[in-house]
Amino acid sequence: MTTLPLATNKKLGLVIDLDTCVGCHACVIACKEWNTGGYGNALSDQQPYGAEPEGSFLNRIHTFEIVPEGGEVIDQSADSRVVHFPKSCLHCEDAPCVTVCPTGASYKRAEDGIVLVDEDKCMGCGLCAWSCAYGAREMDISAGVMKKCTLCVDRIYNETIPEVDRIPSCVRTCPAGARHFGDLGDPQSDVSILVAERGGFDLMPEQGNKPTNKYLPPRERKPLSDAVNAGFETANADNVGDATGFFGWIDKTLSKGSSNSKVGEK
Amino acid sequence: MHPAYSVIFFTTLTGAGYGLAALLGFGLADPAMLSAKLGYFLALGLITIGLLSSTLHLGNPKNAIWAFSQWRSSWLSREGVLAIVTFVPVTVLAFTNIFMGLHIGWLGWVSAILCMMTVYSTSMIYASIRTINLWNTWLTSASYLLFSVAGGAVILTALLALFEGGSGDMPKIAIIALVVAWVAKWFWNKRQSEGYGGSTMASATGLGHLGKVKLLERPHAMENYLTREMGFRVARKHAAKLWNIAVLMGLLVPAVMLAIAFGLQGSTTAILLSVVAVFAHMIGMLVERWLFFATAKHAVSLYYGDTALDVR
Ligand code: SF4
Ligand code: SF4
Repeated sequence: MTTLPLATNKKLGLVIDLDTCVGCHACVIACKEWNTGGYGNALSDQQPYGAEPEGSFLNRIHTFEIVPEGGEVIDQSADSRVVHFPKSCLHCEDAPCVTVCPTGASYKRAEDGIVLVDEDKCMGCGLCAWSCAYGAREMDISAGVMKKCTLCVDRIYNETIPEVDRIPSCVRTCPAGARHFGDLGDPQSDVSILVAERGGFDLMPEQGNKPTNKYLPPRERKPLSDAVNAGFETANADNVGDATGFFGWIDKTLSKGSSNSKVGEK
Repeated sequence: MHPAYSVIFFTTLTGAGYGLAALLGFGLADPAMLSAKLGYFLALGLITIGLLSSTLHLGNPKNAIWAFSQWRSSWLSREGVLAIVTFVPVTVLAFTNIFMGLHIGWLGWVSAILCMMTVYSTSMIYASIRTINLWNTWLTSASYLLFSVAGGAVILTALLALFEGGSGDMPKIAIIALVVAWVAKWFWNKRQSEGYGGSTMASATGLGHLGKVKLLERPHAMENYLTREMGFRVARKHAAKLWNIAVLMGLLVPAVMLAIAFGLQGSTTAILLSVVAVFAHMIGMLVERWLFFATAKHAVSLYYGDTALDVR
């Protein structure tokens, strides 16, 4: 059924911290490992050991460089910063991938908001992937059906595995703690509080998809050039004019009796 | 977007077929004429081949039967349902025209409306996709519908010239339809400059407040489904050249030939020119449809540094 549920009480989803992600791709591999043997068809690879290996993945890490205005890239005191950017299905509230699906294979669960593909109905037309702005759906080349993040629906409710493992594989594996899982429909949940505290945001809000997953922005950081210059100042005796503490005492002592008032004073 | 031949043939052939069937439904050819009979035959052929071609696009066609189930939300499903429904009046009219020399007026109207609704649904498969700003406009539907009628008119003109010794006012109608369709298409094409609409690398990553966002590393070294399907690149200078070819073959050649044919009604030259006009127009439409896909940018390219579709 590809009409969307009017509203879902629970909105299960991920919160991804762009400040802490180190870009190790561990979640990509953990996702592939779990999902190639789980829900639906395997995630196939083409020429895995050949000249042009490729395959289906449900989670991918892009890496961006952000250069602030006036920032230089090559200069040692570069202000640009690198942000690793994990991307998977955002389990959108207004999921266009669901409504375009002609077969009813794509659907959004009313009980928890998870967006899934029923591979027994999917005809592999690819229209849902066209409609997703985030590139969250990939057609499996060998199975000919659409693959996407299931939010590890076969882990999170799975009573045959230890309780600590009942979270998505990517969240379980992330060594940096950059991925969080929970109910974003509950304002009191840990993830909702995290989003509120850190100013979590939506990707491409102008596309009108109302994504459930949120991203936490990188934290404020002093420009690298400040830190570099500060280092030079303390190391450079010419520049200790307004030094205080230990360096101030040395400065004062060494300056005593000298005709110059203070080293470095202009 | 990757210009898949299956979908290019699907949209152009069904477009012309439904256009022809609609004009016949309006009663533009006397049912006693051979051209009406052959017209129905040809329309059904074009529609059937086009629809079959669309199934070549599917990764898993054995589940295609489900595609008729989601007409409440999906334009692709609506298109499928309407295509099947439209077969009924077109086939009945084909039967009465071919075997009884009889046209049923009211059924002709029903048939023509259903034909246009089917073409509209085809156009909405593309026009409803927000991620592809170039398609996401009513001009997509306008040009699909107008090209459908124009294609049908060009074919009907040739049929009348071939079998009835003259096509009456049909060449005039065809020329007007061609011009109007290409005007809509020209406005559509002007939207190329709008790129991704409102989306940017800044909104895609949410990092614009920190500065200018650039891609440092792609998530994968080789191609994948996304980069092949949505990251299709066409050089700007090739796109411009192909656009000129599309206009030349799709509009200018057939329009000039039909104008001359109109002047020389009944002559062998007129017949020849009318037939050549059909082939020129179809070639022009195939190029136009190739560009429809190849020049369309998908928002996901923003996660690939916008260069995946850098039109150079
Ligand atoms: S991220 Fe893409 S695939 Fe996932 S729900 Fe949103 S539109 Fe659909
Ligand atoms: S590829 Fe499958 S899931 Fe996606 S729209 Fe087509 S039938 Fe639906």
